[in-house]
Amino acid sequence: MINIRPDNFQLPDALSTDAARVDDLYMGVYYFSVVFTVAITVTMLYFVWKYRRRPGIKAEPVTHNTTLEVTWTVLPIFFVMVLFHLGFKEYAHEAVAAENAIEIGVRGQQWSWTFTYPNGKQDASELTIPVNQPVKFIISSQDVIHSFYVPGARLKKDAVPGMYSSISFTPNTIGDMQIFCAEYCGKDHSGMLAKIHVVAQKDYDAFLKKGDRLDGEPLDAYGARLYKKNACYTCHTIDGSKGNGPTWKGIWGRHEDIQGGEGITVDENYVHESILKPQAKIVAGFTNVQMPPFTLNDDQISAIIAYMKTLK
Amino acid sequence: MSTEAATEVASSEHGDGAGHDDHAHAHPKFLAHHFDTPLQQFETAKLGMWAFLAQELLFFSGLFVAYGIYRSWYPETFAVCSHLLSRPMGGGNTIVLLFSSWTAAMAVRAAQLGQKKNTSRFLLVTIFCAFIFLFIKYLEWGHKFHEGLLPGHYFGHQYGGFFGAIPADAEVPDLPAKAHIFFGIYFIMTGVHALHVIVGIGVLIWIWRRNERGDFSKEYFTAVDLAALYWHLVDLIWIYLFPLLYLID
Amino acid sequence: MGAATTAHAPSASHDTPDPNENYLTVTKGVWSWLATLDHKRIGIMYLVLVLAAFLTGGIFALIVRLELFTRGQTIIDAEMYNRMFTLHGVVMVFLFIIPSIPAALGNFILPIQLGAKDVAFPRLNLMSLYIYAFGACFALYSMVSGAVDTGWTFYTPYSTTTHSAVIPMILGAFIMGFSSILTGVNFLATVHKMRAPGLTWTRLPLFIWALYATSIIQILATPVLAITLLLLTAERTLGIGIFDPKLGGDPVLFQHFFWFYSHPAVYIMIVPGMGIVNELLSTFSHRAIYGYMFVAMSSLALAILGFLVWGHHLFVSGESEYSMMVFSALTFLVAIPSGVKVFSWIATLYKGSISLKSPMLYALAFIFQFTIGGLTGVFLGMLAIDVHLHDTYFVVAHFHYVMVGGTVFAFVGGLHYWWPKITGKLYNETLAKVAFFLVFIGFNITFGTQFIMGSRGMPRRYYDYLPEFEIFHQISTVGSWIIGLGFLTALACFIQSLMSGAKSPRNPWNSAALEWQTPTPPPLANFVKVPVITRGPYDYHLATEQELSSDD
Repeated sequence: MINIRPDNFQLPDALSTDAARVDDLYMGVYYFSVVFTVAITVTMLYFVWKYRRRPGIKAEPVTHNTTLEVTWTVLPIFFVMVLFHLGFKEYAHEAVAAENAIEIGVRGQQWSWTFTYPNGKQDASELTIPVNQPVKFIISSQDVIHSFYVPGARLKKDAVPGMYSSISFTPNTIGDMQIFCAEYCGKDHSGMLAKIHVVAQKDYDAFLKKGDRLDGEPLDAYGARLYKKNACYTCHTIDGSKGNGPTWKGIWGRHEDIQGGEGITVDENYVHESILKPQAKIVAGFTNVQMPPFTLNDDQISAIIAYMKTLK
Repeated sequence: MSTEAATEVASSEHGDGAGHDDHAHAHPKFLAHHFDTPLQQFETAKLGMWAFLAQELLFFSGLFVAYGIYRSWYPETFAVCSHLLSRPMGGGNTIVLLFSSWTAAMAVRAAQLGQKKNTSRFLLVTIFCAFIFLFIKYLEWGHKFHEGLLPGHYFGHQYGGFFGAIPADAEVPDLPAKAHIFFGIYFIMTGVHALHVIVGIGVLIWIWRRNERGDFSKEYFTAVDLAALYWHLVDLIWIYLFPLLYLID
Repeated sequence: MGAATTAHAPSASHDTPDPNENYLTVTKGVWSWLATLDHKRIGIMYLVLVLAAFLTGGIFALIVRLELFTRGQTIIDAEMYNRMFTLHGVVMVFLFIIPSIPAALGNFILPIQLGAKDVAFPRLNLMSLYIYAFGACFALYSMVSGAVDTGWTFYTPYSTTTHSAVIPMILGAFIMGFSSILTGVNFLATVHKMRAPGLTWTRLPLFIWALYATSIIQILATPVLAITLLLLTAERTLGIGIFDPKLGGDPVLFQHFFWFYSHPAVYIMIVPGMGIVNELLSTFSHRAIYGYMFVAMSSLALAILGFLVWGHHLFVSGESEYSMMVFSALTFLVAIPSGVKVFSWIATLYKGSISLKSPMLYALAFIFQFTIGGLTGVFLGMLAIDVHLHDTYFVVAHFHYVMVGGTVFAFVGGLHYWWPKITGKLYNETLAKVAFFLVFIGFNITFGTQFIMGSRGMPRRYYDYLPEFEIFHQISTVGSWIIGLGFLTALACFIQSLMSGAKSPRNPWNSAALEWQTPTPPPLANFVKVPVITRGPYDYHLATEQELSSDD
């Protein structure tokens, strides 16, 4: 939901400290444009009426006046250079992130956004940040070009594959901000939306600690959800069929041969280590595909373990 | 803006001074109906050709910019890959093209002097050189195909020739990671250039036939001149391609 | 020459032209059209093709607008919608706007305004028409074999990974590019070398100056698009890796290449339109264009500046701050020649004798809409504001104000203006005015709304949207119906003129310009005798009564 500024039908609510200044610039150019357009149009219509064709009256052969022409060539140069300066100054101001900014990873993929918090916690489609605290977004893309657009902060930046870019702003209002994808990216481009929840600092701290377990959710169900959310299934099956990694069916307590080392029994410590440092002990026969490390917290790993125990 | 007969106007009043003295001479058959004088027709054709050559340069400039950017990003890859190209073949082709550019110029001179036989001879030598160029290019490309030095996805896939089987025991060359980009650029640049050579052969053969037919004379040799201009451009581009691709250290 | 043509000339029969013969009646049959070397007939064939393209692109636009009438699916699904807006863009840009004024109207008018018998290279002219048609076939083939869903900008890596028919479409654009280049070469040589005796550079009609500036852009920018599209094809087929980050390439490089052409291409589209506006304003106010030389030079300035501002399309793509600063500053300079033109046009009306015929209405609407289009460009040139407005409907509205409110209005206005010259027939002025007001009102409703939508944050190329944008989309869609109705009315007006229009006198607008001093429609060689130019095209005070009278 985008709310419109009550005092201004053209612009959405300004929800960051810099947004209001961008709006002032916008309105300045707007009034300038309105005055100019009205002046041109009224003059034009007046001349059209005043000098309408009438029998017996001929047009006067006025051809040029060099002074006037030089004036209307040179004068606007100063004018537009002032506008350029104002626009660039404000942009340069926005482009510099505060030193104490929280860094949040923003990754675009067809057709969703994934956010990574400083402590490694990840979230899709919803982002929670503290109010009055500078936030720097490190933007990247998984596949094609996307663009991370936050109208409430008057900012956007393309997410280009193979490259990191960034924007930063300081939200100044508790509430929600809308995120769009602004660079066309295929079928569900218009569905690539997300929300920023701007909350008080203490709520943000609590949020970071809490993890993403739902209230009252059983631990194994939470683990099953993490299995899906982190796409473990692309390599680890739960029905015993062969994948890129060992199947999770009957994995708990199973004895495995380890590539270049002693065998182990799958227990809490092994699972914990395998998630955080996948290359430490690789089960023999699964060295073709390297598993990337996953940044899960202990609660989440416990949940995965609980889920594994159910896969008999 | 009066529409009185043009005969009353001095020739200097014409747009670019391209004379307007119609009564002074007959309308020769090579002069198209919408031109006033052979000189006007010649200058117009020449200007058009130069404009066309300008767009050719801009066309290749995109490739040169891409080359420049990737060479500055991956200088070592470019240096290593450059050594895989055959300098004797590239150098030989440079000499062949330079020579053909000279013969093309001589063909124009012969046409200007009205020496029909010499014009044909020089044109044929030019065409022959163009074929030699393409033949050497064929050998070079065949060699690269054989070694799997191919653009993009096909990089590392070896072909025994243009249509041959992949030799099972061939060694995959040990190359830097971005080598496929170098070869992508190499094949596109030399390929687009070779396409211009092929078009040039067609144009030169056409000019040669017109010369045999007796279309050209001391007074009218525009087409020979323009074809030679085009051929010089093809040569010029190769003069840049050769050091940029073959001679990186 | 002219009357002095000897018996050697292939068109010797025109020494004493039959007063009843004109270029339309001199030869008959389909083949006499398809194989013609006459610039006027080639211009008409171009006109038919670009109007067909305009109709096609217009239908795509109406489908896009209709789909957006309600949230979610209205008539088509997301994949089809993405194809529709892509086809709308591709068809309108490559098949319609770029060739519209230069290749269609320019082809017809340019040699006549120069007092020449034809363009410099008539065969090349015909060839460029067939190259255009050939390229259009590729585009058609792409449309029937799955179409394209990349947007007309073909950004990588989406365009190298999508499964739609990208290659035939970019080959089509590649081929049509050469048609555009050849037209540019032809016009450049024609303007330099084919001018009638006495037609000095300072007496050139401003439409010619505009086409001349356009030719320079066509020659210097279009080949860069050609090579870019060729590299894109190589990327898709061979995976050469230049634009693909997975292979070590850079997708932003594609954007640089693409906009190095496509920004100047915007001036290929608008500068000829400005040229037409000069002709209309002068004829319908019986005045010389105020500050002629400044206006002429501003066309060249736009052509040059057009090459220096492509980077403003990449303000949010992650260019360096330094290049953004430079491109932003250069972008503002575009305002200077644009401003010169607008000021001169207004001053041209001053102490004129203004007749509000339908072509003049289009010209006045052009000034109004181009002013808005230009000033909203100032918003987009300001970095801090652009970061908010980039890739929103504000940008969509901005370029439609320039491209439709500018170029298309000029094109349609020019078509009305030269219609009697081309066909020899008059059209129904009332019907033409009705059409104008429908298009004018519909246009401003459709795109005026989009400015507000955009500044409120609505991103472009969206199949679905948040509920708060619905009302704007609905107003915009209704506006598009009014535009559609307006253009259909204009079409009806032209068809009626062809079927039963009255015969046009030589000079229906009492214009002093050269093209109205020859019979209407013109003879095959354009003039009965080669004209000798003794004054500028806009010197009404020097024109004779006989020149300004409707008929001879």
